Amino acid sequence: MSNATTSNSPVALNTEPNKTVHKSKSLWSHAFSTLSRDPWALTSLIIVGIYALTALLSALGFVAADWAAEVGPSYAAPSLDHWFGLDIFGRSVLAKTIKGTEVAMSVGLVAGLISMVIGVTLGALAGYFGGKVDEVIVWFYTTFSSIPYIILIVAISFIRGEKGLMTVFLALGLTGWVTLCRLIRAEVIRHKNREYVHAAAAIGGGDFRKLFIHILPNVMHIVIINFSLQFQVAIKSEVILSYLGLGVQGRPSWGTMIDDAKLELAREVWWQLGAATLAMMIVVLALNLLGDALRDALDPKLKGK
Amino acid sequence: MNIQVYVIRRLLYTIPIILGACGIIFILFNLVSPDPTLIMLGKHASAKQMAELREALGLNRSYWLQYLDIVKSAFTFDFGRSWATKQEITSMIKQGAIPSLTLTFPGFFLSTVISICVSLFVSFYRGTFLDRGVVFICVTMMSVSSLAYILFGQWFFAYKLGWFEISGYESGFPDFVPYVLLPVLIWLMLTIGPDVRFYRTIMLDEIYQDYVRTARSKGLNEKVIMFKHVLKNAMIPIITYTVIQIPFLILGALLLENFFGIPGLGGITLNAVNSSDFPVIRAMTILSALALIVFNLISDVLYTVVDPRVRLK
Repeated sequence: MSNATTSNSPVALNTEPNKTVHKSKSLWSHAFSTLSRDPWALTSLIIVGIYALTALLSALGFVAADWAAEVGPSYAAPSLDHWFGLDIFGRSVLAKTIKGTEVAMSVGLVAGLISMVIGVTLGALAGYFGGKVDEVIVWFYTTFSSIPYIILIVAISFIRGEKGLMTVFLALGLTGWVTLCRLIRAEVIRHKNREYVHAAAAIGGGDFRKLFIHILPNVMHIVIINFSLQFQVAIKSEVILSYLGLGVQGRPSWGTMIDDAKLELAREVWWQLGAATLAMMIVVLALNLLGDALRDALDPKLKGK
Repeated sequence: MNIQVYVIRRLLYTIPIILGACGIIFILFNLVSPDPTLIMLGKHASAKQMAELREALGLNRSYWLQYLDIVKSAFTFDFGRSWATKQEITSMIKQGAIPSLTLTFPGFFLSTVISICVSLFVSFYRGTFLDRGVVFICVTMMSVSSLAYILFGQWFFAYKLGWFEISGYESGFPDFVPYVLLPVLIWLMLTIGPDVRFYRTIMLDEIYQDYVRTARSKGLNEKVIMFKHVLKNAMIPIITYTVIQIPFLILGALLLENFFGIPGLGGITLNAVNSSDFPVIRAMTILSALALIVFNLISDVLYTVVDPRVRLK
């Protein structure tokens, strides 16, 4: 734990070019060097990076901008011209899969961020203030988590009244925060009576400062690990939303492509299902492995095991 | 504090949670969702028809009374009738529970047994290529969408190869077996990955404990250590983890039941969602909230009973 606290000790100590002070390795640089030595983690990171770049390029219109163009006969099988075949309207499945990266990555990112903000805020407040605040927040998340996930998602989509990307963001973001909230609460409770927090209080730090400037950076590893997991849960849940008819409209997503397959398979058209499943599997697998590697690298309890 | 007092306190604590769950259900289905009379009568309904229907459904009463109705149904299990089929919801639930269990229980049982065996095996070979390989396979299995498993399995193994029934159901013991075989296999594909990872973590937590080192240093062989010491101590988290899963078994598997035509609770819920059948959705939500709360309680109580180290506060 000493490493984690040094990274938050007065900034002056770290930035001052004083060569006599032996600077210990911070948690983050330690984690980074652990990660860069792990080939699995590095590969996963590169894969996620490629997906993110593809999503960005497709959003800017550099790749797969002509996904809606008819390039051949309906349901043409995979060939050298069209690696993943064509869909019902003769559109390239490969282009649709690439375009679908945009939806998947933005759903993972935005839904992940929404649940992160809610989870961290509620968890930190409950853990830090305790007492009545804690009781109310614990009551709220226990109640909330007793309602089945799928019904909450459907209800949020119903309430929004319109389908589309924003509804998917909200439905997945507003339902995915409970685990993180629990973890952060438990971790903040463990931290709030540590010496470094007392030290911060002694030099005049208020509640806000102690919680957000001192404690939160020390529980940040949980947030990051959870974010990488929540990211892939959101990507997977988008498929279920599409199946329920609550997914994105008017643009390709892996969820709608997989959902389309329920009518296509009877005609032996398997390539749309195959392409979307493969694209999703690779990025979800990479995010899972990255989450594991991050936990090994960032969790101080596992250090040296 | 003795166990009775603890159980009573925990039981009392479920009351605010049940009230809260009813509150969320009320907010979702009575306050903010679109007007159910519009959904039931369509856009061309006259104002008079709508007013009559609102009266009949009790939507004219105060919010407070509507909320109390939900709370009452959570304690009396009287959920009224479905809007779509006009059936008593309570009898729908009774009929649906058994088909759901014929799918979910074998799936849950096999998955738990297989996962515990596999995780004992890989934690014995921890850190080796074998261990990493099994974990990698588990994560890969978890990375495929559940819908993709179902679509591919039904198309390839049932439709193309003809190994399994494509869809349908018959009640009675030997008759239902052919219909649930493929759904159970798909259930295993979906659950073995996360289960093995979870049990492996638990086993590894135990393996690094001091008592294992003691056992090893007094010369016990690894088999005795794994089965008599590690497995016995790992039983505590295993029991609590399995108890927590029971409510989900009763509630059925939404997608599997829907695709394979199994008339269980999951299928009922999904149909209700598709046809905006609010009373059924509300009933299923209340039921699952209650089941989750009760089994959470059981799991916590078991935990304190099984593990003598846990002190009641």
